[in-house]
Amino acid sequence: MGDFRKTGKGVIDTQQPVSFTFDGKSYSGFKGDTLASALLANGVHLMGRSFKYHRPRGPVGAGFEEPNALVTVTRGKGRMTPNLRATAIEIYEGMMASSQNRWPGLGFDIGAFNNTFSAFFPAGFYNKTFMWPKSFWDKVYEPFIRNMAGLGPAPTEVDPDVYGAVYGHCDILIIGSGPAGLAAALAAAKKDQRVILVDENVNMGGSLIGAGHVSIDEKSASDWVAKALKDLNKADNVVLMTRTSAIGYYHDNFVALAERLTDYIPEAQIGKTREKLHRIRAGKVILAQGAIERPLVFNGNDKPGVMLTSAAQTFLNKYGVAVGKEVAVFTAHDSAYSAAFELADSNVRIAAIIDAREGVSAELISAAEGRGIDVHIGSVISKTGGKKRVRSVEVYEPVHNTQKTIACDALLMSGGWTPSLHLWSQSKGSIKWDEAKGVYLPDLANENCVCIGSCNGDFGIKAALDAGSKAGGGRKVYKTDEPVFGSGQVFDHLPNYIKPSKTKAFVDFQNDVTDKDIKLAVREGFKSIEHVKRYTTNGMATDQGKLSNLNALEIAAKALGKQAPQVGLTTFRPPYTPTTFGTFCGYRTDDLFEVTRKTAIDPWAEAQGAVFEPVGIWRRAWYFPKAGEDMHAAVARECKATRDSLGIFDASTLGKIEVVGPDAAKFMNIMYTNPWSKLGVGACRYGLMLGENGYIYDDGVVGRIAEDRFHVTTTTGGAPRVYRHMEDYLQTEFPELDVWLTSTTEQWSVIALNGPNARKLIEPFVEGIDLSPEAFPHMNVREGKICGVPTRLFRVSFSGELGFEINVPSHYGRAVWETLFAAGEQFDITPYGTETMHVLRAEKGFIIIGQDTDGTVTPQDAGMSWIVSKKKKDFVGKRSLQRSDLVAEGRKQLIGLLTDDPKTVLEEGAHIVADPDQSIPMDMLGHVTSSYWSESLGKSIAMALVKDGFNRMGDDLYIPMEGGVTHKAKVVKPVFYDPKGERLNVV
Amino acid sequence: MMLIHCPYCDEKRPEIEFAYAGEAHIVRPNAAEQQAMDDVEWSKFMFIRDNKRGEHCERWWHANGCNMYFNAVRNTVTDKFIKSYKIGQKRPSAAQIQKWKDQANG
Amino acid sequence: MKFSARSLFANALSGHENWPEQFPNKEPKKEYDVVIVGAGGHGLGAAYYLASKYGITNVAVVEKGWLGGGNTGRNTTIIRSNYLFDESARIYDHALDLWDGLSQELNYNVMYSKRGVLMLAHNVHDVQSFKRHVHANRLNGVDNVWLSPEECQKIVPFLDISQNRRYPVMGGAFQQRGGVARHDSVAWGYARGASKLGVDIIQNCKVIGIRRGADGAVEGVETEKGFIGAKKIGVSTAGNSSVLMEMAGLRFPLESYPLQALVSEPVKPIVPCVIMSNAVHAYISQSDKGELVIGAGTDQYTSYSQRGALHIVEHTIMSICEIFPIFRRMRMLRNWGGIVDVTPDRSPILGKTPVQGLYVNCGWGTGGFKATPGAADMLAYTIAHDAPHKINAPYNLDRFVGGRLIDEAAAAAVAH
Repeated sequence: MGDFRKTGKGVIDTQQPVSFTFDGKSYSGFKGDTLASALLANGVHLMGRSFKYHRPRGPVGAGFEEPNALVTVTRGKGRMTPNLRATAIEIYEGMMASSQNRWPGLGFDIGAFNNTFSAFFPAGFYNKTFMWPKSFWDKVYEPFIRNMAGLGPAPTEVDPDVYGAVYGHCDILIIGSGPAGLAAALAAAKKDQRVILVDENVNMGGSLIGAGHVSIDEKSASDWVAKALKDLNKADNVVLMTRTSAIGYYHDNFVALAERLTDYIPEAQIGKTREKLHRIRAGKVILAQGAIERPLVFNGNDKPGVMLTSAAQTFLNKYGVAVGKEVAVFTAHDSAYSAAFELADSNVRIAAIIDAREGVSAELISAAEGRGIDVHIGSVISKTGGKKRVRSVEVYEPVHNTQKTIACDALLMSGGWTPSLHLWSQSKGSIKWDEAKGVYLPDLANENCVCIGSCNGDFGIKAALDAGSKAGGGRKVYKTDEPVFGSGQVFDHLPNYIKPSKTKAFVDFQNDVTDKDIKLAVREGFKSIEHVKRYTTNGMATDQGKLSNLNALEIAAKALGKQAPQVGLTTFRPPYTPTTFGTFCGYRTDDLFEVTRKTAIDPWAEAQGAVFEPVGIWRRAWYFPKAGEDMHAAVARECKATRDSLGIFDASTLGKIEVVGPDAAKFMNIMYTNPWSKLGVGACRYGLMLGENGYIYDDGVVGRIAEDRFHVTTTTGGAPRVYRHMEDYLQTEFPELDVWLTSTTEQWSVIALNGPNARKLIEPFVEGIDLSPEAFPHMNVREGKICGVPTRLFRVSFSGELGFEINVPSHYGRAVWETLFAAGEQFDITPYGTETMHVLRAEKGFIIIGQDTDGTVTPQDAGMSWIVSKKKKDFVGKRSLQRSDLVAEGRKQLIGLLTDDPKTVLEEGAHIVADPDQSIPMDMLGHVTSSYWSESLGKSIAMALVKDGFNRMGDDLYIPMEGGVTHKAKVVKPVFYDPKGERLNVV
Repeated sequence: MMLIHCPYCDEKRPEIEFAYAGEAHIVRPNAAEQQAMDDVEWSKFMFIRDNKRGEHCERWWHANGCNMYFNAVRNTVTDKFIKSYKIGQKRPSAAQIQKWKDQANG
Repeated sequence: MKFSARSLFANALSGHENWPEQFPNKEPKKEYDVVIVGAGGHGLGAAYYLASKYGITNVAVVEKGWLGGGNTGRNTTIIRSNYLFDESARIYDHALDLWDGLSQELNYNVMYSKRGVLMLAHNVHDVQSFKRHVHANRLNGVDNVWLSPEECQKIVPFLDISQNRRYPVMGGAFQQRGGVARHDSVAWGYARGASKLGVDIIQNCKVIGIRRGADGAVEGVETEKGFIGAKKIGVSTAGNSSVLMEMAGLRFPLESYPLQALVSEPVKPIVPCVIMSNAVHAYISQSDKGELVIGAGTDQYTSYSQRGALHIVEHTIMSICEIFPIFRRMRMLRNWGGIVDVTPDRSPILGKTPVQGLYVNCGWGTGGFKATPGAADMLAYTIAHDAPHKINAPYNLDRFVGGRLIDEAAAAAVAH
């Protein structure tokens, strides 16, 4: 153990050993290690299996772009996290990690069977088979394919962690803290601008971390970074955020950041925010995201131990880990040499440098030879040896057709560098192809945004630093001593003497896409890069093509005989790094997902044991069961008590809008179908509102409080849209009207009292209002006091009984309710909920908007022609009501239904036919909209929308149900109880 | 999330304060005009929309702000706002929009 | 070359070097009997059915980008037919019937998986509305059953059916024949099928004008690759339909909105069917790769940017996590946007236009994928006969004049 650790290298804390397990086996690492670096320090490269062929894999990268080394970490109930990149997660004491997508184990995996027969599973194979016999698809093939899905395990328990979400603002947001980002921040910090600098890693500094071969302004890279961070930390206009990924770039410089806060802490701490979403609006965005090294595509390039040169360099410099003892390097870019030299200088034997290029600078070759490293120019790797770890490479020199096997325990590869354009591209900045560098680079900005450093093609540390200073508003020119970054050559194809059918050269490691798959896609006519991506799944793995897209593009372009830019580039989509759902939720979960609106009287109902139902954004008391009662029994009792004596109902959720101003009546005339000018002060009227399309939109009772003041009520769910609808017409169509609208829904508690004893109950509590029937008739409103508090007292009824709706300022609601309830004992006062309210209104044939009407019902259809003014020249919906189909014969009309068997309560939503014996599809006439057991009438009642319903009075219709049961019902007028309305006049 | 300039507040505010309210400058016919229109003409007022690729005059409601409706020109391909203006101002001409764009681009 | 296990095996032995092009990209001829604009599933399907069912093979499909690159390749692939109105039931169920044999008919596996679609009811109004659907569907011969909360949980074991939640599960409507298909394969399968029957598929060929003769009838399309003559033009361009219609001098009752969708990282199978929740407005299924596929409502404003806002995504994920809290620790892998064209009643316009020879298939809003084979067949039928089939006859433009709308959304109504 510890064999691979290099003392004196890395920024880990070797004084703090950390033990952890991987697949049940214990290992030790140090604080500051990632899971991958700690395992590599223990000589473990095999960390995962690929998606399709279950091939053994080790880390190919050292950061967030890792496609191979995906693990599951468990830390107690509900805290299982699949698909984590071993290269990006920090170890902590007691960490339990395991490999994925293998059974029974990582070493021996039955699924690797797929690999043996991989020739039969090329790209798009599933399109070509599994079709016969047809019956096998549903029962055999499809379930089988589905079972093969996925990488890590699916969650089974609720995540107990909490997440946060905040907004933030800054002048300059800098993404990436490598040399470019740091230099930009240093410059911007001096300009008195609010700066946020973010990096997804634990430490800032990017490629400068542990870079022993680099000095800046006469300081070692480490010292320079330390000083820069010290200065930035001191500046109070700079915020530094680590472990924070910039995940998405949205309109107008709105950038989403995901910050990780607890995953590296040993004990999961309940209540501490695990991750936080920062939504930053930035004046300017500086993208310093660097570049990602490109793998080389060659036979056997996916074995554990084969990785990017930069990854090996990172493991060495950041974590003090040598990825092998005998390391071969395969490159097409100069930058790999300096990495090889760093390893060599740390006493790692470099078995050979194999360079695919013909021309390599003499300096590099002599520097290599000075270190005793063999350099094979113009050579490639034709195959790799070893099964679960690379053991050797075969070097093939095509000109002389020679092969030579070299032993190694790790193989580094470098196919050049791909600038990270993800966020730039998401910002809708355009990109251009740079022929010389063989890369896409930023072109024209769409936002106030710049790319600097290697993501802008400015490779090398000095170039990055200087670009950073400039972007941050400075003019500093840095002096550096650094290895020459050099240049490279892009290969769309590496020669091999082995027949292609015998090779496997991977482009997308995780999804097992090979160069052959891409060529096959092109051969089969998939010529757009998007087609290639979708046909082969290249670039759709969890790294989203960060390692694979450019290689795929080169191979596809070559196969098409085109240049890369002619083939295009797939779109970069958010998030840059896969981001936890919880982070998007933030704190808005459970009770905070959508606040449940409750009335002032709600706690009283809860204390009474009411059952609640969600209605729009509210919860409402549904019924008040007594011990042993089900809903049916409770509702029957509540209905009877109300009709016999007195019921009390919380109607506070009714929408309320105060319409005020000299032109208030004129405005009401526009908004409602019926006329308002002549409504006297103190009088109420039921109002019906249409959409401009002529269909019923809302309804409610409106009281005229003063000549210039209406108290409008709306349905519970309709309040916000009715308010918007009114504001829209007032502001944009009738701005000349002098009217003011105020939503007052929450200002009033509304207590509805219904029943013959309603007046008797309130009489002693009311001041300043003459309650006598003569002075205060039905459909009137008075202002006065009740229980000593101001009230707008409505004499209205939604039950057909004598009724009052007591509006009091909402904070008095509960006190008034409790006072009346206590006094109501003498009348056996009974609280009722929405269900009883529905039964009582249905017995009277009062409609519920949205239940007895939907968005396709006109007033005429609802039997309410009486409320549509013939005299008014204009109201919203008037012209539409005259459209040919709205005045046509045979429309669905609202009627009542009485079942043959009075005990049968029809099901709401059941459909109605004239002939129950017809075959399916049946000719349906309509459906049951409301249906209840009426305790007062001793029979069931129903309302229905039925084609030509008004002409079917007295007809028998049928309601065919499941299982051959058919109900018979007679069409009647939809008023079942007290059709003359005499009960309103109880004295 | 877009930033939208409310001409009444004279401030750029985030999109979540606003509600989109459809194409602008579709004037509701008055009572006499309504009655003079046949169903075809009426349906045009009701339903036919420009739905343009490019500069689009549209209505926004500063619902969680000053509560005012206003109009704006926005490019529907880039989602960039060119200008917002008060209700009652007439539909800007193509030349006017071009002028606003030139101003915006300095 | 016929696709089969045998041909796959034979080609494996020859290193897959001999597979032919599935859909050769052609240069346009001077004239065709029919030009279809838009090579999505609907347009390619229409070309396929014109050739296979209605005997018109001199057909071109012109596409401004790459075939299947619009909403066909961007949707959440849900297939169902449990709509309320007779008109809807007929067209969606026609599509479902065609889905059922599509892989065999095209000799191309489109992976139509009848894993079922479960729509959760979260309040009394949902229950009433869903039962209304179930009853109407039953009498229309469309499969759709009402399930109690416990029955819903049997299908979705991780469903929380406790009743004290903000959105309790009060039951659900379940259509077993509903499910998903592989969206790209649908476009590719139709493209290959149509190509084999002689249809020319012309990609990267943007239509920039529709030429009409003195009598007003269409004469062909102006494209980036020149004029292509055709007496009949079928437009099936989803979000861009208004733009195409304007080329023919027509203004349409359409508005185009951004619609976003997202997938998670892949995990082992957990979501057994498509689950939709109208009340919180989000839906979820799991792909054959293991990704959770999640969608929701449109952004609020009209746009052609194929790009939406973060707060819409936040709300979508929040909604999913509210109904399924076990997914809170999953991670979002990819999020994208498409453009959906929406009519005033959210039902499509599919049939003839006021311009002679111009046919349109548009306005599918957020639900076009499920209708693909049905819409394609109806567009082909209408073009071939210069008259609509009785299934698509109600989806005319006149309904906006008289007011006989097919308004599924309105019928689902609003909370009271």
